[in-house]
Amino acid sequence: MRPEELAQRIRAELPETILARGEVVAVVAREALVPTLERLRADPETAFDLLSQVTATDWPGREPRFWLSYDLYSTRHRHRLRVKVGLPEADPRAPSVAGIYPTADWHEREVYDLFGVVFDGHPDLRRILLPEGWEGHPLRKTEEIGGVRTRFHGTWVPPVDRRGG
Amino acid sequence: MSEREGVSAVRQETMIVNMGPQHPSTHGVLRLLLELDGETVLACRPVVGYLHTGIEKNTEYRTWQQGVTFVTRADYLSPFFNELAYTLAVERLLGIEAPPRAQVLRVLFCELNRIASHLVWLATSGMELGAVSVMLYGFREREVILDIFEMATGLRMNHAYLRIGGVVMDLPPGAEEKIRDFCAMLPGRIAEYERLLSRNPIWLERNVGVGVLSAEDAIALGVTGPTLRAAGVPKDVRRDEPYSGYETYEFEVVTREAADCYARYEIRLEEMRQSLRIVEQCLERLREPGPVMVEDPKVAWPARLEVGPDGIGNSPAYVRHIMEESMEALIHHFKMVTEGVHVPAGEVYQPVESPRGELGMYVVSDGEHRPYRVRIRDPSFVNLQAVPKMVEGGLVADVIAVIASVDPVMGGVDR
Repeated sequence: MRPEELAQRIRAELPETILARGEVVAVVAREALVPTLERLRADPETAFDLLSQVTATDWPGREPRFWLSYDLYSTRHRHRLRVKVGLPEADPRAPSVAGIYPTADWHEREVYDLFGVVFDGHPDLRRILLPEGWEGHPLRKTEEIGGVRTRFHGTWVPPVDRRGG
Repeated sequence: MSEREGVSAVRQETMIVNMGPQHPSTHGVLRLLLELDGETVLACRPVVGYLHTGIEKNTEYRTWQQGVTFVTRADYLSPFFNELAYTLAVERLLGIEAPPRAQVLRVLFCELNRIASHLVWLATSGMELGAVSVMLYGFREREVILDIFEMATGLRMNHAYLRIGGVVMDLPPGAEEKIRDFCAMLPGRIAEYERLLSRNPIWLERNVGVGVLSAEDAIALGVTGPTLRAAGVPKDVRRDEPYSGYETYEFEVVTREAADCYARYEIRLEEMRQSLRIVEQCLERLREPGPVMVEDPKVAWPARLEVGPDGIGNSPAYVRHIMEESMEALIHHFKMVTEGVHVPAGEVYQPVESPRGELGMYVVSDGEHRPYRVRIRDPSFVNLQAVPKMVEGGLVADVIAVIASVDPVMGGVDR
C-alpha cells in the first residue's frame, strides 16, 4: 500500500495517525499497544510481520516524557508504519511486545538499559549493552556525557572532566 | 557406586562453556554462554556489549555534520552504509537531495564496500572452518578495494566520505581506471573461490544442512539480509524501498531455499557479482560530469578538501583564501564548522541494505544544530538474536559455522 492509502486505512482505526515525510506514524495509548500490534500483524491488509526496531526518545520537562517507537514493516506489502506510545515520567513502564514479535526481546532490553523504561511481561529484562552493576540510564537527557566514574583494576577513576592535571 | 551408576550420573550433568569473548571465531568480542550435553548444544545465550562505545549518545553532543564521523565507526566493515543511512535521514529532514553525480558516487562506494565486506566474510569463514587459503585470498582481494577507498577518501576505513548534501569530493584522477581493473579481475577470482569450496567435501560437510532458520522464524526474529534471503524471502531494501536511485540500476535480488549456512555462502558469492554489475553501471554514469555537493551555502561544507598523507583535510589553497584573502569566507567557515546546519524539527527512519541486512537510522531533530537522537538499527544486533534458534540441538562445532554464516560485526552490535 502507498503511504497515503495506508495512512487513510490506519486512521480509520487509530485516529491519531499522521503522514509526514512519506512515513505513516500512529500514536496509541500504552494500554492499547499490544492489541493494536496484534491486529496490525494479523490483518491481511496490513500484515506487519516484521518489527524493524523498538527504540525511545527522552523529552525531560514535557509530559509524556518518554516516547517509545515501534517501526513495523510488511514483507508482503512492503509498507511501513511507526507506532508511538508516550510514557509519563512518574511511571515509565510499557507492556512487552516480545510475545507478538520475538525480535523485540533485545530491543526492549536495550531501551530498558539505556532509558530505564520497564517492560512488563518481558521474558528476561536485564541490561544488554552495559555491565550488570551499572547505575543509571545513559541515553536519558539528564545524564551527561563522560560524567560517570568508572571502576578500573580495582580503583575508581573519576569522570573525564574531574580528573585534574 | 557401581560403574553403571557412575556413567548415568555423568550423563545427567550438563556443562556450561563460555565461548568468547576472546575467541578467534567470534568476530571481535562476542561471548556465547553454551550449555552442553557432550557435543550437543542444549542452550545458547549470546552476551553482547563488550564493544559499547556510546556512539548514539556522542552524536547528541556534536553538530549534524560531525555525526557522519561517529556513525561510520559503528559497523566498521560497512562504513559507507552507516554514512549513507545517516546522511539520507538528515537530508530527508532538511528536504534536500544530493546532486545526481553524488548519488552515483554513493552507490559506487557502497557496492564496492559490499564486495569488501563479503570478502572479509569469506576470508574469516574460511579460516574458521579450516580453509586457510581462502582467508588469504579473501583479504588479498579486499586489499585492492581498500586501496581504491584510500585513494578516494584518504582512509581505508571510517572514511566520512558521504556528507550531508553530497560527498566530500569527486574521484581523483586514476581512480576510475583502478576500479575498472578491479571489475575485470574479480569475476575470475570469485570463480576460483567456487572451485576451491563449492564441491569441497569438508566445506559441504560443515555447511550443508547446518544452522537452518526458516523464513517464518527469521521474520519473527527480525532477521534480514543474506540470512533471510537464504530462506527464500526476497527482501532487499534496494529493491523494495529504493534510495539513491537504486530503482534505475539493473541487478538481481539473490535468494535460495535451503535456509542453511551453505545457502548463505552461495548468496554472498552471487551478491558480489551483482554488486560488480552495479559498479559497472555507476562507472558508465560517471561519464556525465556535475557537482558532488548541493549548492546551498547553509548546508554545504564550506571548505575545499583534499586527500593528504593523513586523510582528508582542508586544501592549502582554501586555507590561504580564508586566512589571507576573504574575511567573509572566514566568518562563514567559522559559523558552519562550529555551529553547522540547522535541521527542522521532526523524525525519520531511513533503511538501507547493508551487507548484513536492513541498516536503519532513526534520526530525531528538535530544530537545533545538533541531533536530538540517533538510533542505529544495526542488522548484526538483530540477526545475532537468532543464533540460539539456529544452534540449539546441534553440535558445538556447528556454532562456529553458524556464527560465521550470520556474519555479525560487533562494532555494529554494541555501537
